[in-house]
Amino acid sequence: MSSELLKISGVSKSFPGVKALSDMQLELRGGEVLALVGENGAGKSTLMKLLSGIYVPDEGRFVVDGEPVVIGGTKHAQELGISIIHQEFNLMPDLTVAQNIYIGREPRIGGIFLSETAMNRKAQFLFDKININLNPKQRVGELTVAKQQMVEIAKALSYKSKILIMDEPTAALNDAEVATLHDLIRNFIKPTTGVIYISHRMDELKAISNRITVIRDGQYIDTVDTATTTMPEVITLMVGREISGEQRPVAAPSSSETVLKVSGLSTKELLKDVSFDLKRGEILGFAGLMGAGRTEVARAIVGADKMSAGTVELNGKAVAMSNPAVAADLGVGYLSEDRKHLGLMLERDVKDNIALSSLKRFSKLGFLNNPAMKAASEEYVATLRIKTPSIAQAAKNLSGGNQQKIVIAKWLVRDCDILIFDEPTRGIDVGAKEEIYALLNQLAATGKSIIMISSELPEVLRMSHRIAVMAEGRIAGFLASAEATQENIMELATRTAAGARTTETPAGVQG
Amino acid sequence: MTLLQDAAPAKAASDKKSENITRLKSSLQQLLAFASLLALVIFFSVASHSFYQPANLSNILLSTVVTGLLALGTTFVIITGGIDLSIGTGMTLCSVMTAVFMTNMGMPMFVGVLCGILFGAMIGAINGLLIALLKIPPFIATLAMMMVAAGLALVISGTKPVYTTDVEGFQKIFALGKSIPGLVIPNAVFILFAAAIIAGVVLSKTVLGRYTYSIGSNEEATALSGVNVTKWKIWIYTVAGCFTGLAGVIATARLNSAQPAGGMGLELQAIAAVIIGGTSLQGGKGTIIGTVIGALIMAVLTNGLSIMSIPQEWQNVAVGVVILLAVYLDILRRKESAK
Repeated sequence: MSSELLKISGVSKSFPGVKALSDMQLELRGGEVLALVGENGAGKSTLMKLLSGIYVPDEGRFVVDGEPVVIGGTKHAQELGISIIHQEFNLMPDLTVAQNIYIGREPRIGGIFLSETAMNRKAQFLFDKININLNPKQRVGELTVAKQQMVEIAKALSYKSKILIMDEPTAALNDAEVATLHDLIRNFIKPTTGVIYISHRMDELKAISNRITVIRDGQYIDTVDTATTTMPEVITLMVGREISGEQRPVAAPSSSETVLKVSGLSTKELLKDVSFDLKRGEILGFAGLMGAGRTEVARAIVGADKMSAGTVELNGKAVAMSNPAVAADLGVGYLSEDRKHLGLMLERDVKDNIALSSLKRFSKLGFLNNPAMKAASEEYVATLRIKTPSIAQAAKNLSGGNQQKIVIAKWLVRDCDILIFDEPTRGIDVGAKEEIYALLNQLAATGKSIIMISSELPEVLRMSHRIAVMAEGRIAGFLASAEATQENIMELATRTAAGARTTETPAGVQG
Repeated sequence: MTLLQDAAPAKAASDKKSENITRLKSSLQQLLAFASLLALVIFFSVASHSFYQPANLSNILLSTVVTGLLALGTTFVIITGGIDLSIGTGMTLCSVMTAVFMTNMGMPMFVGVLCGILFGAMIGAINGLLIALLKIPPFIATLAMMMVAAGLALVISGTKPVYTTDVEGFQKIFALGKSIPGLVIPNAVFILFAAAIIAGVVLSKTVLGRYTYSIGSNEEATALSGVNVTKWKIWIYTVAGCFTGLAGVIATARLNSAQPAGGMGLELQAIAAVIIGGTSLQGGKGTIIGTVIGALIMAVLTNGLSIMSIPQEWQNVAVGVVILLAVYLDILRRKESAK
């Protein structure tokens, strides 16, 4: 193989309370596509942000093209030839395609005036060269996600980058779009260039990568040649710890009483004919790739998003949950994946957070009954073992695990019998995860019914009595806990998605 | 209908089509504002025969000048997603300074005018520094600047008007003189339109204008693209300040004196004009032509209602309702285009 393009070693990075990376290493050779895989939270995104100069490492060596470097910022990274395409696009929706690509280096006349024509011509030339179909003059906000991604890629290529880093570039693309993207990547690869490709989709890695680097829990695990490695081997490396049967919920839920029945749920944007039921005391896991529609199901059920078709029954009675407040009144609580923005008032104390959604209960004629709020908060701090110096502590000062417990307490105070957890352990370290798991089991044992949306397969396998696997807005299948494995979940999440796609007319792709 | 054609031309045609639709959509907004302006003019012309008189129309235009100039500058700030509350009293301070430069310090007229504009630029630059460098939220930073400017205007003038009656030709050239024979339109109005053209060119044709939109559209992405957002924000506020300074100059020239106590509240009228003109408070969107139309709508409305002998307090109610209507229409349009 050709020369080393990028080599990092001994890289560590900590955030308050979390060690995101320790002693990380990575080597990208010229002319290759290196896949970087790991579970959610393994440290991929942190690593990418270090490479693009958004974060500064605590320690470690970076070598680009044989030269040791310290990446001083995004602009410096670009100068070094490193371009990153983030999962969340960095585009200005109100500007046109060409304006986005050449932002910061617009063709100018006399230093201050813009030459729009020259810029559009340049952009068109670039698109012709790399063979992508974009209109330079169109506003980016009007483009589909796939086209926006192409804008990002074109922008990266326009910097004459040597190293292109793509963070889950295909998460929101359909098959034809993925194929176009892969063609683009193959066009880009020369002996002097390389691509780091982060993806969850195993089938893609086979198609596009030369080697695969696996990381887990912020640590480097191994690098393997794609050609000589099977995907189950990669998954085993990724998961690391064997998922032993003993951790799984052995007993089925004690009751067979259906508390929630969803039939034919569809939304305009994504969901198609989602049907399932939830039993009392059951933990129903929802697995699937990013963008498969798991969060959307939860949001539609509690009325945060509009349904276009379908019915929801609670304890055998059809109900209309027009918004989350109605849902909460009916005993359905949704715990958002974005705790910090949607679940907590970070500046307020533990007590206020716990009492927030039950203020009706804690007030008379609009006046708050502080002693009652205190008593209830103290009670839940004790039963959920929330580690806080006092209930007057601001929520932002607690660890992620304890913050999550506050959110849970909030909904328990509200007397919810059905709790929908969206990524309950995201951003929570391993020890605290165990406590959250124990809490979920305890809740289920006392007759609460739980829907647990999670991107971490080990978590889904360990916690769920039953697993619903979603792909592209549909439920691809259900697996009982006894028969489920990471492999067959992945298979459902990807294979069925591909199967569903072929039923679409090819013309739909053009759209 | 494109089924029988080759894929490539069909594609190009659809590109062209979507491009045209985009253009139509953005000009629709201005068209709508312009249509409202026209409707108002027609309504008042029918309602009162003294409205559509050359003298009155020229009055309307003259009354638009100061708010209009402030609105031009603040259009830049609002497109970045910021806000500038200091332009009203900032204008007053610039007005006082212009008079002080000429009368007390004896500067020649044009030098005094230039210094007045530069003083406005300085106020803008300080706002920019506070906001971009010290990361003080625009609302707070410019609220503080509003108080500071109001106070300084009184301190520097000794709370008394500063007269510029000794500066020969000042009032004539910069406000009331009529340069075009046969037309009753005063010079100040031409200065407003010249300033609007300059603002329009800066916003749509220069690097500064591009970054104004870019920062308002997605500040973080702009920074990640390697644009020095801090520097450009300071420049944008500075440019906005120039218009505040010019407004101060014209205000002085019009009365041939600087009135140190006024200005408070003008900022809200200017912001209202900008919003009526279709600029989004969320940033990223807006045009100068829209702002000019917005300022004219406000002026026509106030003037027309006065002519119909509607009391001042009801005029305020009417302006408030117009602002609500304009913003709600914008929300409706955006919902429509999001579909």
